[in-house]
Amino acid sequence: MSNAFVRLEHVQHVYGGEGGVLAVEDLSIAVKEGEFAAVVGPSGCGKSTLMKLATGLQFPRAGTVTVDGAEVTRSVKIAGMAFQNPVMLPWRTTLDNVLLPLEIVEPHRSRLRREKAAYTEKAEALLAQVGLKGFGSRYPWQLSGGMQQRASLCRALIHEPRLLMLDEPFGALDAFTREELWCVIRDLHAAKKFTVILVTHDLREAVFLADRVFCMSSRPGRIVAEREVNLARPRDLDITYSPEFAEIVHELRGHIREARGVH
Amino acid sequence: MTQKQKIALAPWVFTIGFFVLWELGCRAFSVSSFVLPTPSSVANAMWEYRTQLSFHSFHTLWMTLAGFGIAVVFGLALGLLLGSSRIVHAGTYPLLVGFNAIPKVAVVPILVIWFGVGWMPAVLTAFMISFFPIVVNVATGLATIEPETEDVLKALGASKLDIMIKVGLPRSMPYFFGSLKVAITLAYVGSVIAEYNASKYGIGNLMARASADFNVPLLFASLIALAILGVAMYAITAWIEKRMTGWAQRSGFAAN
Repeated sequence: MSNAFVRLEHVQHVYGGEGGVLAVEDLSIAVKEGEFAAVVGPSGCGKSTLMKLATGLQFPRAGTVTVDGAEVTRSVKIAGMAFQNPVMLPWRTTLDNVLLPLEIVEPHRSRLRREKAAYTEKAEALLAQVGLKGFGSRYPWQLSGGMQQRASLCRALIHEPRLLMLDEPFGALDAFTREELWCVIRDLHAAKKFTVILVTHDLREAVFLADRVFCMSSRPGRIVAEREVNLARPRDLDITYSPEFAEIVHELRGHIREARGVH
Repeated sequence: MTQKQKIALAPWVFTIGFFVLWELGCRAFSVSSFVLPTPSSVANAMWEYRTQLSFHSFHTLWMTLAGFGIAVVFGLALGLLLGSSRIVHAGTYPLLVGFNAIPKVAVVPILVIWFGVGWMPAVLTAFMISFFPIVVNVATGLATIEPETEDVLKALGASKLDIMIKVGLPRSMPYFFGSLKVAITLAYVGSVIAEYNASKYGIGNLMARASADFNVPLLFASLIALAILGVAMYAITAWIEKRMTGWAQRSGFAAN
């Protein structure tokens, strides 16, 4: 596939110098622009390493990582990230937390002071979109876990990144909030058409959201299976109870079971 | 009376209680005022020497604040440096700890040789004794930034300086203000030690003269004056801390 937006080729990564932990080995993955990709795998298989490699937070020991046609030699700057832990800064209001990327990323950084009102309006609109209308002036620690996670999604998206990296962002939430946020991210992706790489261990989440699901083996991680999800969009939560959906989840579960070495 | 009122009243009750017990104890065992004067005789001495006491107190206050001010600037800068560079941290820590372990009273004569008797030794001693907790706390605050917070910013292309300004500094502020409360009281110790040994002014000097005259009530009056200054400065730093870093003090554990 030559038109890949994010591409890892035969990547190997080791933590902790010589004789350290081999996190991923011969890992190859290609994600097209605008595609919603999900990576699933047993815990500790190097999913988070994949995220760090693709955003330039870590560099591979061997192999190449390219994003948007260029090899990644430093942090990519076009990425937004959200983690399992919302990591909001407690001394900033929710709105100021959401605005944080604009204080770093050009061209917003130099414009922010002059066009503060316009940017604030944009952030408020984004907060409203994820169901946090009117919560901008609250501090993050005054919000529930699910609300903080919504705000963290806004922060990941405020600078209109072309690549959104989600590292188990719904992992710590209760089932109802999680499904609500699935829909939030589904709608945001449908509206803005950015590329998403979602790392998760929830197969239903992967199948509901993604266009393509990659299964990783246990450590050292590599891709053992790739599954196109051709369920029609827009997808409704009801689809998760359909037989097609169950079949795909079932198939992926088989791959994971093999990857873990349990039969 | 509500819990809140009780808490507001508690410091007064305990402090007055302490002095009442002291007074009663002295009277009951008829302790000589040469050994331990009663609070009432100390209060008398405070009134009697009020002009001297307030003059010297102000002098000490100035010395302390000057030394403390230098310690804040220096401690904050060094703490930021230590917290942001592992090499500097590893390299300077033995030096810092070693320096902090030196009794400052032993340094005063050296300062007198260098700068003569006057305000310099007092200010410098106050500075030397009080910067260490600031350095350690600020460095700790920086070193304990959550790696995920750092990742969020790094993935946006933030420089080390960006991360320091946006996250490091605000995050270390509660540690910084916490250390100020320790540092301000230490600064008093420093300036009084220096005044005791090498100054013509200040509470330390007044105490040195009082003890040479065996004027025990004045000695105690000076101690009380120092304690009052210390409590006042502590309260001011605590108030500033609360204003600046209210976000860090949201635990119900501390509030009740």
